[in-house]
Amino acid sequence: MARYFTDEHEWIELDGDTATVGITDYAQGQLGDIVFVELPDSGKTLEKGGDAAVVESVKAASDVYAPISGEVTEANAALEDDPALVNSDPEGEGWFFRMTVADKSQLDGLMDEAKYKSFVDGL
Amino acid sequence: MSDDTDTPQEIETLPLDAWHRRKGARMVPFAGYHMPIQYEGIVTEHDWTREQAGLFDVSHMGQLMVRGENVAAELEKLLPGAIASLKPGKVRYSLLLNDEGGILDDLMVTNATEWIEADEEAGTEGHWGDPAYYIVVNGATKWDDIAWMREHLPDEITLTHMDDHALIALQGPNAATALNRVMRNVIDDMVFMESVCHDFGEWPLRITRAGYTGEDGFEISLPNEHVETLCNRLCAEIEVRPVGLGARDSLRLEAGLPLYGHDLTAEIDPVSADLTFALTKTRRESGGYKGHEYVSAALRGGTKNRRVGLVFEGRLPAREGAKVFAGAEEVGRITSGGFSPTLGHPIAMGYVAKAQAEPGTELEVEVRNKRLPAKVATLPFVPHRYHRGK
Repeated sequence: MARYFTDEHEWIELDGDTATVGITDYAQGQLGDIVFVELPDSGKTLEKGGDAAVVESVKAASDVYAPISGEVTEANAALEDDPALVNSDPEGEGWFFRMTVADKSQLDGLMDEAKYKSFVDGL
Repeated sequence: MSDDTDTPQEIETLPLDAWHRRKGARMVPFAGYHMPIQYEGIVTEHDWTREQAGLFDVSHMGQLMVRGENVAAELEKLLPGAIASLKPGKVRYSLLLNDEGGILDDLMVTNATEWIEADEEAGTEGHWGDPAYYIVVNGATKWDDIAWMREHLPDEITLTHMDDHALIALQGPNAATALNRVMRNVIDDMVFMESVCHDFGEWPLRITRAGYTGEDGFEISLPNEHVETLCNRLCAEIEVRPVGLGARDSLRLEAGLPLYGHDLTAEIDPVSADLTFALTKTRRESGGYKGHEYVSAALRGGTKNRRVGLVFEGRLPAREGAKVFAGAEEVGRITSGGFSPTLGHPIAMGYVAKAQAEPGTELEVEVRNKRLPAKVATLPFVPHRYHRGK
């Protein structure tokens, strides 16, 4: 399984034909205490770079973008009751949604873990 | 002040800048300064302030000293509160109003007139010195306030911008305990909205029992060069931790305290803003201050809208700018809103049509094309715990 990262601090992990999407540990640290996550409904079509979800922290609302195009297959129901999972385990239990992969070549433009790490170190 | 007001404002640093960074603060530009938004996390700092004592740097705020003969009478021409009857050492919340009754700023004014001790050699008895008023205004509006006051106060009145002074706030139920341990017998007799000068060693402090969190607490003004040492001294107390602007905002929202530039603007009058407590009764009729005609009419005839609190179920916060509805009709806007860490649900302040302003009124607020049920609530959301004495 391969994990990719965007410069908007989303991660996407490919598992066969579907992918899981979330926000990075760096992103949750920047957002601070997360109180609500608005997730896309199953069946929703996402365009790469388009709005996919909204994260509400105590201080502000922030958009989360789709790393690639595809269709949402599942939203993480656990975040409804416990949005703080995004703070405690952003790159694990705090995943946002799963989606189909419309065009695998879109992943080529994303960063791998090492590249993302140096990207964040440079911020 | 520089004369290059047309060029974009540079972000400046305040005396505690390096201290904040050493404490692990995340710094953001605010009111023209680099300010700490948070250290450990907003909710942690918020809860700490409600349970212990938070130390806030509010040095961005404008500290002014106004002196001169008849200064109280001159200030009363600009402020709707009774200043002449404010006794030395007492503090009052007031408003700077324009000619149309719009709020230019909200502020705290302290009668800072000094007591001059008797001098046996000179043969003088103890007496009050020349009248002086210490005024704290908002950081983002301070330059406009200073310009406004200089324009409208007569030349005999001197207005000093104390930009060589820092301002910190120690807020929370254990603020007094911690401060008492650092400096004994200074705040024992003080109650909410009182202010004293105290020489702490060689540092001249002004300590005011007030704040912006709804908790008991103090604001301490002192020369820039000593503020870092005082902060270290205060943070050495077990009850005290530094708290950033993020928690300052969530705390003041829970306390129902308006934020200038958001809940108050030059287009809003004090009656709509539900700040009639700042309109001293004796001056409502007698007037003699800028905007009185409009304020007086608003008091008599009521206003179209009123500032209210709104509470929400669920967890989705409604932010500034969100529209408020009664059925299909748009009846207002949110001016500040967020998630209340203390209450565990979203809260907001906003302006709604007077007919919808009664507590308990059920309304809806639009967030990203969704309608959230909201109910008008009495302010504050979280009860104030000021130390008012016996």
